[in-house]
Parts: sequence; C-alpha cells; structure tokens
Amino acid sequence: MRLFFGSCFTLLLAAVIGLGATWLTLTRGVAFGSLTIGAWTAWPKSGSVDIDPYARATIARTGELPIGTGDGVAFYAHTDDAGNPFDGRCTFVISGMSPAARYWTVTLYDPEGRLIANTIDRHGFTSAEVVRDASGRFAINVGPRARSGNWLPSGGIEKFILVWRLYDTPIGVAMRSTKEGPMPAIVRKGCS
Amino acid sequence: MIRLPLWILGALLLAGIVHLSTVLAMPQAATQDAYSRLAPLTPVNTVVPLAPPTAQAAIMPFMDSAFAVAVCRYDLSSGALKLNAPVSLAYTSVTFYTRNSVAYYAINDRAAGRRAIELDLMTAEQHAEMPEEEGVTAADRLIIESPTTTGLIALRALAPEAGLMAMARRALAGAQCRIEQTQQ
Repeated sequence: MRLFFGSCFTLLLAAVIGLGATWLTLTRGVAFGSLTIGAWTAWPKSGSVDIDPYARATIARTGELPIGTGDGVAFYAHTDDAGNPFDGRCTFVISGMSPAARYWTVTLYDPEGRLIANTIDRHGFTSAEVVRDASGRFAINVGPRARSGNWLPSGGIEKFILVWRLYDTPIGVAMRSTKEGPMPAIVRKGCS
Repeated sequence: MIRLPLWILGALLLAGIVHLSTVLAMPQAATQDAYSRLAPLTPVNTVVPLAPPTAQAAIMPFMDSAFAVAVCRYDLSSGALKLNAPVSLAYTSVTFYTRNSVAYYAINDRAAGRRAIELDLMTAEQHAEMPEEEGVTAADRLIIESPTTTGLIALRALAPEAGLMAMARRALAGAQCRIEQTQQ
C-alpha cells in the first residue's frame, strides 16, 4: 500500500515539476548564449544551426521565424537602462548613435509579438527615416502622446517590448564581447 | 517516513527527464509553428508574398513591419530547387529555414554581390548524386544543402521609408523558386 501511494506521489510530483519547468522556460524565453548591451539582449545563435533546444522549443511554440545569422541580429528590450519595465503610460526616450550596421529598424510590439494599433499607423523606425540632429544622434520618444520629432506611439498599453534589428552587421557574428556596442540608451521620462 | 526523501529524489530525477523530453519534443509537437501557419497560405515550391503585419492580424509574431516578406515553402522530394530573387534598392535578404524553423543559411544582397540572388537548394543526397562535371562547370552557382526535405525560404526586402513599401513588394514579386527538371 505504501509502495502504491509512494509511486503515485512520485509520478505526480515528477509530472508537475517537469511540465511546470518546461512551461516556465518556454514562456519566459530561456535560451543560452545571450549577448546583452545595456537594456538590449540578443541571442545570435538562435539564427543558426547552433540554436539551443530551449530556443528551438520557444520558436516552435510562438511560431516566429528568427532572423538568420548572415542577415542580421535582433536585440530585445523589456525595460529601460535603469530596469524600469516598459509601461505604455510612461514616456521613454531612446537615444544614441546608429550602431554598426548597414540598416537597422526598431519596432514596438505587445508581449505576444503583435503590433499595436495607433492613429498614425507607425509601428517603428528604420535607420533611413529617423530624424537626426547635426551631430548624427537621434532620439525616439516612445509614449502614449504625440511628440515632435521621432514619436513611436505605445498606445497606452500596460506592457510593451522593443526589438532593435541590425541588418548586415558584424555585431553578434564577428565579435563576442559586450564592448562591441554602443547600443542606444533608454531612459524613462515620466509617466502620465 | 525515512523513505520520503528517496521518493522525492526519485520524483526530481523523473521530473528532469519529463522536462528535457518535453522541451526536445516541442518542435515536433508544435501545431502553430511558422511552417504550420504558412502551409495553408502558400502552395508548395512557389514564391508567395505575405500580407504585411498589422495590429489586427499578423501571420507570425514579431514580424518586422519595415520589410516586405515573401515565402517559398519548399519540398525537395521531387528534385532540387532553383531560387532567383532580384535585389531591391535598399536591402534584400534570403533566409533558409528547416521544417522546424531553424535558420540554417542566410545571405543578403551585398554578400550575393549581384543584381539577383541565385541559389540552388538540394538535399545532401541530391548534392552527392550531382554529376562531377556539372559541379565544375557550374562553379559560380551557389549550392545550399537543406538538412530537411521540406522547409521555408523567407525573402525579405526593406522599405527604408513607409512610402517605399510598394517598391519593396514589387522587387519581391519578381522572385521565383521552382523544381529543376531532373534528366533521367
């Protein structure tokens, strides 16, 4: 009798812990070999055959096609440089110089990877269309209210994600250190 | 009660096995992966332009809204595939994915170095069966080996500004992928 209860207990516990761990790792997006520069994190290996099993499983679950190594690299940010999570009711400023890449794009998504509806139909900027100052620096305002200059509307949603994609770039391919930046800085500028 | 730690230890070991096997089985078990999403929209071995992502609907999550995308869903069981993609004015790339969305090869317009990206895609067996002579005469042909018989080719053309999206889509409209007729 004790053996029976013991086996049931063990199997149940194993199923709960095992499946729970799988669920957690896949929804949190666990992957190895990450490259973090400031608030931005990329997984350069996810775009190659060296992709790890966790990233493979995550991609299979979400249904996305990762950007291939040789095409570019995608950096994800969920918070600003100080660690404040991206809240659509706050205004964040992304500023800096263009990273070393032929082209880059920055796109705003909700946590599930969907674009966010807004009146001006803007979901991101490309390196070709962003407005720069005389020294070549740019600043993009991400927030719920219209701003002059580069305004990326966040639609006031609770949580959002920014994805910075560099195309035709040595970052993540040739170099492996965190000194290879600089990636643009992200600073929170108050909440409404 | 002395046995309890042993039962828990057993449970943890078993949990580890359950966890690893479910993670490894996920790519095969997934029903909403990119290939499954695209299969009903794309006939096999044809370049099909994808609808641009909008807030209301997107074929896949995390699509770059600045790019026009076309997909060739391939099946190499009846022969090797020839891909021809004219490059757009800004930036064009071609990425090859296995059936399970692993990107195994990517090339951009500058690396291709011509006005079109031309590639031959085949399985390792088809590559091995290729006549020796042909391999020599076609030295400038780029041959890619696909690890799986089926898979996806994503063609992406950048629209540097929103107004240039039509141009990017037109550039991709000229792309072709087709099965080479094998001579018996």
